[in-house]
Amino acid sequence: MLDLHGYGPRLLEGAGVTIQLAVLSLALAIVLGLLTASAKMSRSWLLHRVATLYTTLIRGVPDLVLMMLLFFGGQMALNLVTDALYDRFGVDWYVNLNAFAAGVLTIGFIFGAYMGETFRGAFMAVDHGQIEAGKAYGMSPWLVFRRIRFPLMMRHALPGLSNNWMVLLKTTALVSVIGLSDMVRIAAEASRATHEPFTFLIPVALIYLLIASVSEWVFLRLQKRYSVGFGGH
Amino acid sequence: MAATPLPLEVRNIKKRFGDTEVLKGLSLKAHKGDVITLIGASGSGKSTFLRCMNLLEQPDEGDLIVHGEEIRFKQTRHGREPADWKQVVRMRARLSMVFQGFNLWSHMTLLENIIEAPVHVLGKPKKEAIEQARALLERVGLSERADAYPAQMSGGQQQRGAIARALAMDPEVMLFDEPTSALDPELVGDVLKVMRDLAAEGRTMVVVTHEMGFARDVSSQVIYLHQGLVEEAGPPDQVLGNPQSPRLKQFLAPKY
Repeated sequence: MLDLHGYGPRLLEGAGVTIQLAVLSLALAIVLGLLTASAKMSRSWLLHRVATLYTTLIRGVPDLVLMMLLFFGGQMALNLVTDALYDRFGVDWYVNLNAFAAGVLTIGFIFGAYMGETFRGAFMAVDHGQIEAGKAYGMSPWLVFRRIRFPLMMRHALPGLSNNWMVLLKTTALVSVIGLSDMVRIAAEASRATHEPFTFLIPVALIYLLIASVSEWVFLRLQKRYSVGFGGH
Repeated sequence: MAATPLPLEVRNIKKRFGDTEVLKGLSLKAHKGDVITLIGASGSGKSTFLRCMNLLEQPDEGDLIVHGEEIRFKQTRHGREPADWKQVVRMRARLSMVFQGFNLWSHMTLLENIIEAPVHVLGKPKKEAIEQARALLERVGLSERADAYPAQMSGGQQQRGAIARALAMDPEVMLFDEPTSALDPELVGDVLKVMRDLAAEGRTMVVVTHEMGFARDVSSQVIYLHQGLVEEAGPPDQVLGNPQSPRLKQFLAPKY
């Protein structure tokens, strides 16, 4: 029988951290992605520039480097602010950048750029006539978005979105470098302590696989839901 | 009693795309119950003119008055735009459009398509909207197809469904943009029949069409456009029966 040398509960805790981290990062990435896609399609020159800079920067720099930049750099920036507050106003307020929050912010920020491209492509694939019909029937821009543009876009976005999610899920393993106890970090610790790497890494691999399989099922359901009305049934 | 305002009036509409001036000053007055047909060769500006009436295209100049309410415009960096989009939304809800490509929402069933705007734009209770939608479907001969998705319907069925969707708004004026041009010839008749019935019951309609038979039988006024200007306008007997301009004569001449 598999003997986890008492690391079982901590490994499960780590898996919990991984899942929370991934889901929150995904939520942030989706919001940022929708904003980026809208900015890139907007008529405003400035918004367009900012969004392009964001996606170019993020997609051109390795995730690991970005994560360390944001975590360590973010802490330094925070320190500057809190030091200044102390010097100027005598406010004694010190903030430690929480590793979990830093993880969510970084991963969300990175994948927001990828989502942005996925959503932009999907928005452009929506039949313009159906958008016009919404406008012509007196729908406000928000109503057109909510009732027509978004559901039609999702059908095109889901394959890319599910792909991004799988990569995002695996990217969460990188947070161990900024000191977050996700399941990879705990498995690494346990491997070093017991000299039995496979005892811990194989269960970790299986847990990732399990999460991936469950998400695949969820995405299939979503795909079905957003494909309603598009032939093939 | 105060005079009821005209359902729709447009004055001196001008529109350019880049260097080409496609509308060079067009006006139109629709009284209640009028059926105005716009005819002309492709490129004459008839569809653009129609799309300016509900501001799917922004006219560069000219006035638009819907049910006595004049739409306010302002100049922006991107050209002339409505000053108050809320006003535009309100005005569009009074005019409903039937498109050449049907443009039913593909992720909704036919019934859902019909109740969408009445429920979400007009704020009608859903139950009431569904009852009304079923009655309209019966009228256009599509009772059986309430739960079908647009992709499962023929072009003619989709267009009749789109007309039901337009009627559900109880519009002041219905705008038709070449409603039969994308249909197979054998499906055109059903759609035209529905439109003739609407005209007979006194609906106010502005119709861009190539169906001269429809224009002749149903219109109160025919407007022939050529290169963004009105070349001839008047009752159908006059414009279609006794055309004056050589271009219109040629346009109406049998092609084969």
